[in-house]
Amino acid sequence: MVDRIPILKMGRYLLLSIQVDMHDQLALDLQEDLTQQIVKHRAKGVLIDISSLEIVDSFIGRMLAHIANVSQILDAKVIVVGMQPAVAITLVELGLSLEGIATALNVEKGMRWLERNVDEDLSLECERGDDPDLSAEAGD
Amino acid sequence: MGTTQTFPLKQETDIVVIRQQVRKVAEQARLGLVSQTKIVTAASEIARNALIYGGGGEARLTGTQRDGRSAVHLVIIDHGAGIEDLDKAMVDGYTSGNGLGLGLSGARRLVDDFSIRSAPGEGTTVELWKWR
Amino acid sequence: MSSSVLTDLLQKHEAAILQDWVAAQRQAGIRADLIDEQTVQANSRDLLRVFITAASQGTADLDAEYWKPVKALLQRLSQTQSRQGFSPSETATFVFSLKEVLFSYAQRHTDQPLVCIGEISRLIDKLGLYSFESFVSTRETVIREQQESMLELSTPVVELWQGILAIPLIGSLDSNRTQIVMEALLQKIVETESDIAIIDITGVPTVDTMVAQHLLKTVTAAKLMGAKCIISGIRPQIAATIVHLGVELGDVVTKSSLADAFRLALREQDVRLVANKPR
Repeated sequence: MVDRIPILKMGRYLLLSIQVDMHDQLALDLQEDLTQQIVKHRAKGVLIDISSLEIVDSFIGRMLAHIANVSQILDAKVIVVGMQPAVAITLVELGLSLEGIATALNVEKGMRWLERNVDEDLSLECERGDDPDLSAEAGD
Repeated sequence: MGTTQTFPLKQETDIVVIRQQVRKVAEQARLGLVSQTKIVTAASEIARNALIYGGGGEARLTGTQRDGRSAVHLVIIDHGAGIEDLDKAMVDGYTSGNGLGLGLSGARRLVDDFSIRSAPGEGTTVELWKWR
Repeated sequence: MSSSVLTDLLQKHEAAILQDWVAAQRQAGIRADLIDEQTVQANSRDLLRVFITAASQGTADLDAEYWKPVKALLQRLSQTQSRQGFSPSETATFVFSLKEVLFSYAQRHTDQPLVCIGEISRLIDKLGLYSFESFVSTRETVIREQQESMLELSTPVVELWQGILAIPLIGSLDSNRTQIVMEALLQKIVETESDIAIIDITGVPTVDTMVAQHLLKTVTAAKLMGAKCIISGIRPQIAATIVHLGVELGDVVTKSSLADAFRLALREQDVRLVANKPR
């Protein structure tokens, strides 16, 4: 059995593709690895490809929600891409709607979403940096 | 058809094995992809419950017939503390641990027939059916 | 005791019985368009053989293990005929035509014809019923399969624009149909990589709670996959029903007409339509 899900760094983003039937410990390890990698690489975005996942149960659903929450605190956007129709129908029936997690149909659309959303935030920061009041505050 | 396979449920990786076996039997029973996904997900929820709260047990899986339709029949048994208040345990959001409390109630919505037997000190038996 | 008489009779005259039986079927009318004489001959020979083997082991209990080959063969033949479009009576004739043939042999070649005839009658009737049941259950399966494929055909998912799908639902929705078309819609979203799907219910006379919930679940499932759904064409009565039923629409986008929904979808896709000539 696989004992780690590889996380790839690509520019400001981290990419990971879950292609195995994860046992619970593997999901927990992934959660931890990802948090460390976000901090280490100062990642601005995380793309999680689950197109090969045949099921998402409440445990994996919880893991995705947790990753999204932690990443938000660490100032990284998370997008989950490629959920299969059967998996989505099952998740809804199970009672999980993964509120607050951004989704896209495939990796390409997910990357485009990251580009759009991460860029917006950076431009905001630049403008704020120009603001004398804010920079004074930051100097305190 | 009709033979029952028994799988141990002692550690986390057993849940993965049970999921894979349920998928195989569901495919053989020619269930649709959505139905397959539903029964596999339900199996995963119930097996995890049995392992975490019931201390483990076993799963009995049968590819069979129900009212002339091919069906998957899964029984998951644990020998743990049992559930005190079944009605309460079946409500969305109720949890005795730190889960989301969707395990039992969610799994029931995913299958065509669901039954649960439990008493304090006697463990818990959950029966799941999904048919074509 | 009588069963050995019957067995003797059958074994002694197998070839002749077969010939007479096929002749009887020919007389009753063979569907030459669906089956040829050789197949009839072969089917009859096979059935007669397993029938004799089973009868020689006992005729009291048709549920016994040794009658299984007979039943299996009958089931297979009835299923095939059911799918090929034979009528019920044509299928039943196959077994029942054996009855008269056996009667005449019993009369001519045994000293207790009445006992023997009674037994033959009981046996053949049961087998006839059995083949009839197989025929009907196959017919039912065929009907169910046809219904399912009709459902899929009756609700096509169409591509309106690159990245925009529409599914015009027409006629009454039950929860089975809703489920099938919704699965088809989600599948098509993946195949065409469409960001927006319009579910148009202009042609739907009524919506009950179950159907409303299926629609909402579809919208949520599409969202999980990364696509957006717009529900259009909600008639006033249906809107009232939805409110009355207390179904929470949540943040589902609704538009009164398909045209409005399409316009919104185009805008979301950053598509602008410009008139060719100023009017």
